[in-house]
Amino acid sequence: MRIINRKLSRRGAIFLGALPFVALIVAYAIASHYRRLDNPADKLLPSMQAIADAFLRMAFQPDTRSGNYLLWLDTADSLMRLGAGMAVATLLALLLGITIGFIPHVRGGLAPFVASVSLIPPITILPILFIIFGLGETSKIMLIVLGTAPVMIRSVSQAVIDIPRELVIKAETLGASTWQIITRLVLPQILPKLITALRLGLVPAWIFLISAEAIASTSGLGYRIFLVRRYLAMDVILPYVIWITLLAFILDRLLLLASRRIFPWNHLAGESL
Amino acid sequence: MMQDSSTKIDIRNLGQNYDGRPVLERVNLRVTAGSFCTIVGASGCGKSTFLRLLLSQERPASGAILLDGEPLPRQPTPDRGIVFQRYSVFPHLSVAENLMLGAEFTAARWCGRLFGAARKKARDDIYELLESIGLTAAAHRYPAQLSGGMQQRLAIAQALLKKPEILLLDEPFGALDPGIRADMHHLLLDLWRNRKMTVFMVTHDIHEAFKLGTRLLVFDKIRHDPHAPEAYGATITYDLPLDHTTALPDPDNLFAAPTSL
Repeated sequence: MRIINRKLSRRGAIFLGALPFVALIVAYAIASHYRRLDNPADKLLPSMQAIADAFLRMAFQPDTRSGNYLLWLDTADSLMRLGAGMAVATLLALLLGITIGFIPHVRGGLAPFVASVSLIPPITILPILFIIFGLGETSKIMLIVLGTAPVMIRSVSQAVIDIPRELVIKAETLGASTWQIITRLVLPQILPKLITALRLGLVPAWIFLISAEAIASTSGLGYRIFLVRRYLAMDVILPYVIWITLLAFILDRLLLLASRRIFPWNHLAGESL
Repeated sequence: MMQDSSTKIDIRNLGQNYDGRPVLERVNLRVTAGSFCTIVGASGCGKSTFLRLLLSQERPASGAILLDGEPLPRQPTPDRGIVFQRYSVFPHLSVAENLMLGAEFTAARWCGRLFGAARKKARDDIYELLESIGLTAAAHRYPAQLSGGMQQRLAIAQALLKKPEILLLDEPFGALDPGIRADMHHLLLDLWRNRKMTVFMVTHDIHEAFKLGTRLLVFDKIRHDPHAPEAYGATITYDLPLDHTTALPDPDNLFAAPTSL
């Protein structure tokens, strides 16, 4: 039988899915083991035990200098910046995306501008943001907004354009005004797409968050890993990277779950990633 | 020209171009109120364009359409209902919500949504309609969970919510099985008789066109340049009254070479 026609059992899927993770951990353990045979104090590939210890220390022991539980403080600060940035970006995507996609005059006026702005590499704006807004929270949040909003606006307006014209015509023949068509047809149709845009926007948002924190901050997950880099503290950096990945994964899954709960009609046909 | 009081639609020298390419040209037609016009023709002969012009989804390049003696409104309005072959119902609303939408648009100007007692009343108001199209049991399902026939029954019911005097149907049963199609014909004819609407229905199925219509319109190109097949638009080449009593031409021979002007 052709390999494309072989079905994968649920057990097989779990086994195959776990395989690359296990392989990576085993490879790390072996490499770490041999490095520490040469030098027991090796800093580059610390033992799993050392990583776990460092993680627990960051999470459950107050910092000797400030008395804070650093992991939770960093996580809270970073998530606050990420949340504020994504909230503003999502709001912009809704407002501008719908009007650009639906109203020809707004599209004519704003679409070329948004398309141009979305091509600016956001990091190049960071120095400008630091000069204008200072080194505080505003410039970090603004970086996330500027980095994610233009692309989200474009995908929302494309989603509006992709709504079958027949549906809009049908609403018109039912006597709907432009505002009613937006609230009862366009908005519900694009909200699932907005969640998809949000999930895709979170990927660059994390990059901008970590970059901004690495450059100018006194707390946050990005600040911490770039701080301890000076001491080659791989035992802190590695669990932080895993922790950030885990947070990103959970956020993504929560959004997917929310989409399935709130918009069951959108998930009736076919499975989505 | 005298305006006959029973003339619903008066079309004068209508023409439409896409990118300078004529699709329809010199279409003249008078349709009395209560007619059931079925429209047939080869693909690309402007049948759907004709329907879009009647709906004001497009503006004609030349000529005029008069509705009750007045120029047609410039945009789609509730006096003309429409059923498309696909995308006719709202996929994010359940069957009941699809049918309540018309009342909600009228009653709630800003949020387009009814709540509490008003919503309950709107729900009660559509009960009879749900019953008549046999979708009472499916009231809370989404369109994607319905069969093709059920979806089109819903689409027809929804198009009639605003009690339009003109109903436009663009190949509404094209994707349905023959058995289900016969049921739909029955439903449509009942609705047409009860509501005294003027119906325009585009179809690919010439037997369907003969069965349903009181008047059959055939769209075709009368002028043809073999070196430039797209040089001329289509017009109405046959206009047959179908009173279902006299002998009718064989539908299968209708597309023999048309006579010249």
